[in-house]
Amino acid sequence: MSNEGVIYRISGPVVTATGMSAAMYDVVRVGHEGLMGEVIELHGEKAVIQVYEDTSGIRPGEPVLNTQETLSVSLGPGLLTQIYDGIQRPLPTLEKEMGVFITRGVDADAFDLEKIWTFEPQVAVGDEVVGGQVIGHVQETETIIHKIMVPPTANGTVKSIESGDFNVTQTICVLEDGTEMQMMQKWPVRTPRPFQQKYAPDTPLITGMRILDFLFPLAKGGAAGIPGPFGSGKTVTQQSLAKYSDAQLVVYIGCGERGNEMTEVLDEFPHLIDPNTGKPLMERTVMIANTSNMPVAAREASVYTGITIAEYFRDMGYDVALMADSTSRWAEAMREISSRLEEMPGEEGYPAYLSSRIAEFYERAGRVETLSGDDGSVTVIGAVSPPGGDISEPVSQGTLRIVKVFWGLDAGLARQRHFPAINWLNSYSLYPQSLDQWFRDNISQDFPEVRTQISGLLQIESELQEIVQLVGSDALPTDQQLTLEVARMIREFFLQQNGFHDVDAYCDIHLQYKMAKAILSFQDAAKSAMASGAQLNDVVNVPSRSDLMRGRFEKGYVDAIESMVDTMTAEIAATVEDN
Amino acid sequence: MTGKEYRTITDVKGPLVFLNKTEPVAFGEIVTLRLSNGTIKNGQVLDTSDDLVIVQVFEGTSKIDREAGVTFMGDVFKLPVSTDLVGRILDGAGRPRDGGPEIVAEQKEDIIGAAINPYSRQSPNDFIQTGVSAIDLCTSLVRGQKLPIFSASGLPHNDIALQIARQAKLKDSDEEFVVVFCAMGITAEEYNFFRSDLERTGALENAVLFVNLADDPAVERIITPRLALTAAEYLAFEKDYHVLVIYTDMTNYCDALRQIGAAREEVPGRRGYPGYMYTDLAMLYERAGLVKGKKGSITQFPILTMPGDDITHPIPDLSGYITEGQIVISRELHQQGIYPPINVLPSLSRLMGSCIGEKTTREDHKSVSDQMYAAYAQGRELRGLVAIVGEDALNERDKQLLDFSGVFEDKFLRQTRDEDRSIEETLDLCWTLMSSIDTKYLVRLDQKWIDKYHPDNKA
Repeated sequence: MSNEGVIYRISGPVVTATGMSAAMYDVVRVGHEGLMGEVIELHGEKAVIQVYEDTSGIRPGEPVLNTQETLSVSLGPGLLTQIYDGIQRPLPTLEKEMGVFITRGVDADAFDLEKIWTFEPQVAVGDEVVGGQVIGHVQETETIIHKIMVPPTANGTVKSIESGDFNVTQTICVLEDGTEMQMMQKWPVRTPRPFQQKYAPDTPLITGMRILDFLFPLAKGGAAGIPGPFGSGKTVTQQSLAKYSDAQLVVYIGCGERGNEMTEVLDEFPHLIDPNTGKPLMERTVMIANTSNMPVAAREASVYTGITIAEYFRDMGYDVALMADSTSRWAEAMREISSRLEEMPGEEGYPAYLSSRIAEFYERAGRVETLSGDDGSVTVIGAVSPPGGDISEPVSQGTLRIVKVFWGLDAGLARQRHFPAINWLNSYSLYPQSLDQWFRDNISQDFPEVRTQISGLLQIESELQEIVQLVGSDALPTDQQLTLEVARMIREFFLQQNGFHDVDAYCDIHLQYKMAKAILSFQDAAKSAMASGAQLNDVVNVPSRSDLMRGRFEKGYVDAIESMVDTMTAEIAATVEDN
Repeated sequence: MTGKEYRTITDVKGPLVFLNKTEPVAFGEIVTLRLSNGTIKNGQVLDTSDDLVIVQVFEGTSKIDREAGVTFMGDVFKLPVSTDLVGRILDGAGRPRDGGPEIVAEQKEDIIGAAINPYSRQSPNDFIQTGVSAIDLCTSLVRGQKLPIFSASGLPHNDIALQIARQAKLKDSDEEFVVVFCAMGITAEEYNFFRSDLERTGALENAVLFVNLADDPAVERIITPRLALTAAEYLAFEKDYHVLVIYTDMTNYCDALRQIGAAREEVPGRRGYPGYMYTDLAMLYERAGLVKGKKGSITQFPILTMPGDDITHPIPDLSGYITEGQIVISRELHQQGIYPPINVLPSLSRLMGSCIGEKTTREDHKSVSDQMYAAYAQGRELRGLVAIVGEDALNERDKQLLDFSGVFEDKFLRQTRDEDRSIEETLDLCWTLMSSIDTKYLVRLDQKWIDKYHPDNKA
């Protein structure tokens, strides 16, 4: 058996080859055009291959060449600011090679192999190094230092180490055993990169979205699922997270989604400034765009390509956030390939291994001690697009079983133009216990209690609303009417947030706390005023309250809010005397 | 161009023909079948191997027997394209249907079409004025967008589509669209309605029609939209035209897809539709857009009828996940005699934000649109409450909103089939209608627009 075989059968993206020695997940080149594919099944002499490009016009009898390598990504300086397809081909290079339409058979390097980087070593000749250890670094972008690590599988004594200007393929370090190291390394996408141990997450990923940070916080190293029907704002939420979350690096995977949406991201990101560093957002971002009409096999690979890149930066000790929009399209790619393989289907035609694949993917999230002893994390946020918005379907259920944070988008809220349309009654986060200490230490001692009060009010409101539906709000006692008014304030002033507004799109966590306190101050002031005989209508309509609420669209609100609250409480107290 | 003729058919099943032992045949290759009675049929290779080839026959497998001769044409399906296409009527497989001559090809294009590199796309932001108030105000259409009409049987979606095709233009521009019309499984009557309307208005000279009728083979429907889009891409990206593609009815297309899937004994997904339907639909819808460095554009207007008026049915559901919004037609409004019966509440245009405002439509557009939507939504909700507690139980604000919801439907939505309202007329109408509500309840309007546009302040 040799490395070269011939095509026996072609059925859409699935090609069968014979006469070739092959192992599972070997990367092969199919046909005269050398289309990239991956071995996914072996039947005696026959190897079943999923091909990452369109197979029209390919015939049985054409050659198949086994590269003997598994599907891998290239890792090294030059990754940041790139935009890739599902198998790490840079889209700008593809445009140069084949014009505006993606044709096939073009191979492209993941980044510029000739570009010169200034390498600064951190180890000396004679030092013992182990896999994953940092041997030097490169200033990749203004904000990110790219650390060069020993490949996880190598270790030994440094025989020689360079310093100065090199490209990514030149040898910069040699070990005593003859191992040569370059700044670029490869890693198979389907294998998680190794680490020493996983820690329990204890730091929140601050996103600047009030409903997320305050009510349903996600930990750095955690995993979250965002299911929602079409039009409920999944993509807008994911994009806001990519823009404003306080991760040091962001990997954004557009998996089987709209082409125009990716264009929007591509147009917008280079002009956006990271609120945490003041530098262009693009400098901390790697993007993967495999739109819905690009080959499905590459769509299947895209999430693995993305998470491997995320793990690589995690290994340098960074906090990385990965957004996958949408994991349902990834699952559908699995379903499509599985059905071409004539596998026995599980639920709704999805392969029986769907839930274990989903679980394996989310398990690659986590906060870890890296091989070099640093602390790094990968946070995964996956959008789910359940058919008809019904989350009893297999992808949603497989996701919910594994993630600890559920941000449920709601079509009803979206129709009421309540954005972000995250339902506060059925969403949840299992992280508060582990994060509360952080919030107490860094924001305020009573942060968790304030959160409990706010979510309690929303709960009471939903119960009261059922009564209001029947009898109208005027029939309620005034204290309950006040509760409704306070809850409305929480919804309209606190939970609603305009993702497109210059100021409101990002809300600092300290400000979030102050806004929540302001609502509670209103409640307390109103209660005591009404106890002394003030009318609900007067209390609710004090002008300073609407000033307070409108203030969130103004710059400098964080400094002004406390005095605005004071004014409001004074005005509310004054309503007693009017009577 | 032609190769050997094979007589090795083993099985015929539904639209599929199975053959034994051939020379290597390419995946996707075009096939002709010569029947013993002399009829010629066309097909395409769906699966190929050394031992077995599966061919999908476009015209149906009626009268095919094991003696039929099969010839492989050595190439994938291509459409001959040239600017002569404009003004022509072709059938669902791309042959002339208007009695005119064959299309003289300037070039031949693969009908599957390649994906546009997302990096090479250009963001759509040119507002298209359709002259239909509900669409222009609430779900503004953008050049390069794909915006489907979600309708149901018995509703006037065809009239709306035609009205849009007739009236669509860029604001302050006479530039017209070339309409590529793609009929899939519609009745001869519907087709005649479309054709005579296009003829009446002279639009036919500026249109290409691809027509697969209800009694034409269902399998042919799989290629009809691909032909239409190939023609559209040629006109838009080679010849700089702005193309408006109207397909009707996507539901028939999806049913044909299901029919083939069943014949191939594929594992079905939801409601028997194939698991790859999302990808398949995306391969059509995603062919809309603008690309860098090209003047032309493709805007898509697919029409689909929701079986049982159910928006969660797989066809509207998967479409909604791909398209950039939807226009929903309401049976309730239609029964009240309102044309166009567009329910703005579930309707959406995802690209609207980028195409409205001071530079393109008018400065108050966003604000007015939000307020009209909010007031109508609240008014509609109140109707439910009034049914329980009666109108007397409402407070002053609620009464005004309730009345407004009626006015909204009667004065704002309702317009005649040839009424072409400019966006300024639409916005001015909104201000007039909103003046029936106390200004203090119009919380979504910016004060500066109230000062400038409210009828009380204008005089």
